Amino acid sequence: MLNRQNIILLLLVAVLAAAPLVMHKEASFGGSDDQAQEAIASVNPDYKPWMNVIWEPPSSETESFLFALQAAIGAGFIGYFFGYCRGRKTAQSEKSSKDKLAPNTKLGLNGQG
Amino acid sequence: MKEGIKLKISLLVLYFGIVGLISPAVGHAMHIMEGFLPQEHAFAWLAVVLPFIAWGMRKISSTLKDNPERKLLLGLAAAFIFVLSALKIPSVTGSSSHATGVGLSAILFGPAVSSVLSGIVLVFQALLLAHGGISTWGANTFSMGVAGAFVAWGLFKTCRMLGVSEKVAVFLAAACGDWVTYMVTAGQLAFAFPDPVGGVWVSFTKFMSVFAITQIPLAISEGLLSVVVYNGLLRYGQQGIIDIWWKGGKANVK
Repeated sequence: MLNRQNIILLLLVAVLAAAPLVMHKEASFGGSDDQAQEAIASVNPDYKPWMNVIWEPPSSETESFLFALQAAIGAGFIGYFFGYCRGRKTAQSEKSSKDKLAPNTKLGLNGQG
Repeated sequence: MKEGIKLKISLLVLYFGIVGLISPAVGHAMHIMEGFLPQEHAFAWLAVVLPFIAWGMRKISSTLKDNPERKLLLGLAAAFIFVLSALKIPSVTGSSSHATGVGLSAILFGPAVSSVLSGIVLVFQALLLAHGGISTWGANTFSMGVAGAFVAWGLFKTCRMLGVSEKVAVFLAAACGDWVTYMVTAGQLAFAFPDPVGGVWVSFTKFMSVFAITQIPLAISEGLLSVVVYNGLLRYGQQGIIDIWWKGGKANVK
């Protein structure tokens, strides 16, 4: 998973996320959704939402907790997936060397990555 | 109109009406916010999206029936959407937005499957995070899980036909799918709120100015992250994964 190319790509992503913080020190980094709401108000000031949210996190702390939980669940599964793949691959290569068979070269996978 | 459909629609209207009455909180979210599409629009988008959801559900069950080992990979695609749509990342315009993660699943499983996965994530966010909304679920699922997914998938296919490497194709597809999602969101808002003087187009440029630039670095990030996952799949010998979906199409094995 963490070969050289992936490390470079992840660093690039980090730079893309961090650069704006350095570039706009004064900006508040509010959601683009709130700006959309303002744009609606400028086009049609009389519009009243006909439905309100069913339940809202009581505080921004609760909200960020739920967002973090969502990300953690997803990230946990991604980690499980690659751990599983890695373990399976190791087990396969151990098995094939035990059987004194040539490593599986059918798809040209050996030594990939 | 058939009686059954009429009944279903009036039940839906009743449901939304009750929900709207008992929940007076103020909404704010990043997809189209709860109640921020006129009712006709909200129901129209719902009607557009439902066939894709049905198609995607059938696609998922047939895929898992033919290739049960891909269940885990489907989980990965869903988890990727979960992570990316939870992270609000600062952007060059001084505001924040989030990626969608839809491109990867569209490439691995086809766009209809992405519609289902997006729909699930959007329900979760609407109910628990006050993000998006139940009334705007159809419109949001359309922009993310239908428009974004089909663009990503179509672009990936086109790139591969033109001989672009799989890696570059993954990047372009995921990045453009992400950006298109927000372009469609701007379009949906423009149709719902045409400018009193300039009409839909003026309104569209207004909403585009909110989303378009903000989303560019995020779209690039999504493209890069999709390639990171793709690299991981390659490394652990999942090379045939895209081929299964592409059977009958051009071979992808390098």
